[in-house]
Amino acid sequence: MEQISSAAMESEAMISLRNLRVSYGEREILHGINFEVMRGETLVILGGSGSGKSTLLRTLVGLERPSSGEIWLKGRNIAAISRAEMDEIRKKIGMSFQGGALFGSMTVGENVALPLREHTKLEDPTIEIILRLKLDQVGLSGFENYMPSQLSGGMKKRAAVARALAMDPEILFFDEPSAGLDPIIAAGVDELILELKKAFHMTIIVVTHELASAFLIADRMVLIDKGNVVAIGSTAEMRASTQPRVRQFLDRIAEPEVSQELDYLQMLTEENRRPGR
Amino acid sequence: MELATQIGETVTDGLAYLGGLASLGTRAAYFTFVAPFQGKQLRLQRAVSQAMQTGVRALPILSLITFFIGLILALQSAYELRKFGAMNYVASAVAISMTRELGPLITAIVVIGRSGSAFAAEIGTMKVTEEIDALETMAIDPVHFLVMPKFLAMIVMLPCLTIWANAMGVLGGGLFGVAQADFTWWRYIQASLDALFLRDIVTGLIKSVMFGITITAVGCYEGLATGAGAEQVGRATTRAVVVSIFMVILVDLVFTALFFFISAR
Repeated sequence: MEQISSAAMESEAMISLRNLRVSYGEREILHGINFEVMRGETLVILGGSGSGKSTLLRTLVGLERPSSGEIWLKGRNIAAISRAEMDEIRKKIGMSFQGGALFGSMTVGENVALPLREHTKLEDPTIEIILRLKLDQVGLSGFENYMPSQLSGGMKKRAAVARALAMDPEILFFDEPSAGLDPIIAAGVDELILELKKAFHMTIIVVTHELASAFLIADRMVLIDKGNVVAIGSTAEMRASTQPRVRQFLDRIAEPEVSQELDYLQMLTEENRRPGR
Repeated sequence: MELATQIGETVTDGLAYLGGLASLGTRAAYFTFVAPFQGKQLRLQRAVSQAMQTGVRALPILSLITFFIGLILALQSAYELRKFGAMNYVASAVAISMTRELGPLITAIVVIGRSGSAFAAEIGTMKVTEEIDALETMAIDPVHFLVMPKFLAMIVMLPCLTIWANAMGVLGGGLFGVAQADFTWWRYIQASLDALFLRDIVTGLIKSVMFGITITAVGCYEGLATGAGAEQVGRATTRAVVVSIFMVILVDLVFTALFFFISAR
């Protein structure tokens, strides 16, 4: 298993980022990101709050436009394609949002079937079968007539995964899959990601700050801090890393207190200078 | 100098806002009238349920309000008319002011309160819970999916509601006419119909279609422009109502002036 995935890794990059920069107005969030995601691997993007990891994910699925740089996805630079072309690519990717983002006015079944109804000409009975299959894959058989508001947090996430799987995507994105869940339910979601990985050999990209879950599901990891890639490597490489920023994040060491008055002053002026650049 | 820049900023902001409304309205119109002929689906089912919500469910409150407005109009015009012993003109005064102005306007204001605010709240909540983003990542255009059915429902239902409002206004005036001005119901309605030209009704209906477009555009635009956080949904809703009322009055003024100069020729 290990050998197959590493062999597949060497073969082909599914996504590659070249000097990617993203700004909100004047403020630059990502300052030149470079890395590649290989076909069939599970890559975890780690980072603290405000590190830019969510922005990175939103940019990868085309919700944010980069200010410069390239994103090669399935052989196309999505930083420079039209909306219609992006929509074609989007039919081949799935995204599971942090809160599930299920449509509250539709049942779970209608939610999962929506992409099929929109983008395929399948007959209703066929859609019904695919729907049951997808719900079964995430362990929600029999819940198609429930409203999202009747589901628990973990079930909402599973339903969202079922919807993301509806079009049989080649790449699956997860935004904070374990956020807001108790440890047992969160472990269940991790288990689900591992199952999907085993069953479909999908390329999976997960953004999280949960270390335990990250080490469980990842083939490789990227640590993002203040809009830069700090480290990238396999889980073993990350564990063995001696880089101070990596150690600080993995060992959960709090940000050092600024004790020196001069340092503090410098920090304040630095922060003030930044937006003007 | 500072005042000049401030005025300049306000004007450019206002123009940018109008531009945003116009572009949203145009895209909704495209998905309603053009895209169905290019093979994209017309979301008829969603439009029908939206029409139920904005149209049919508005009937009770709209009927009550416009009945009272008709009654008020009759009372106000009779106050002046009885000085000349011209009480029999009450019917035409009510009929003309209802169909040309107050029918469309009161309908628009009721619809803003019920539906314009609901559009902003619904879309704003979807924005906050990342449902709009989810639509985008599923390659479904939010304007096509959410705005188009509302647009279609509004441009159909607003004229219908306006016709109903006109009728209820005339009945409200009739109550006064029968009770105080020696009309019978039959004669009152006859007098109202005699006073009206088709042009009065049609100009009112044209205005009501424009109001429908305006209310949808503002409500949906405010919803889509909602920032992060639940309190932003409340703000978007409030803004949708205030801006819609203003825009409807503005559109009313423009079209009333237009009809005035057309008929003067």
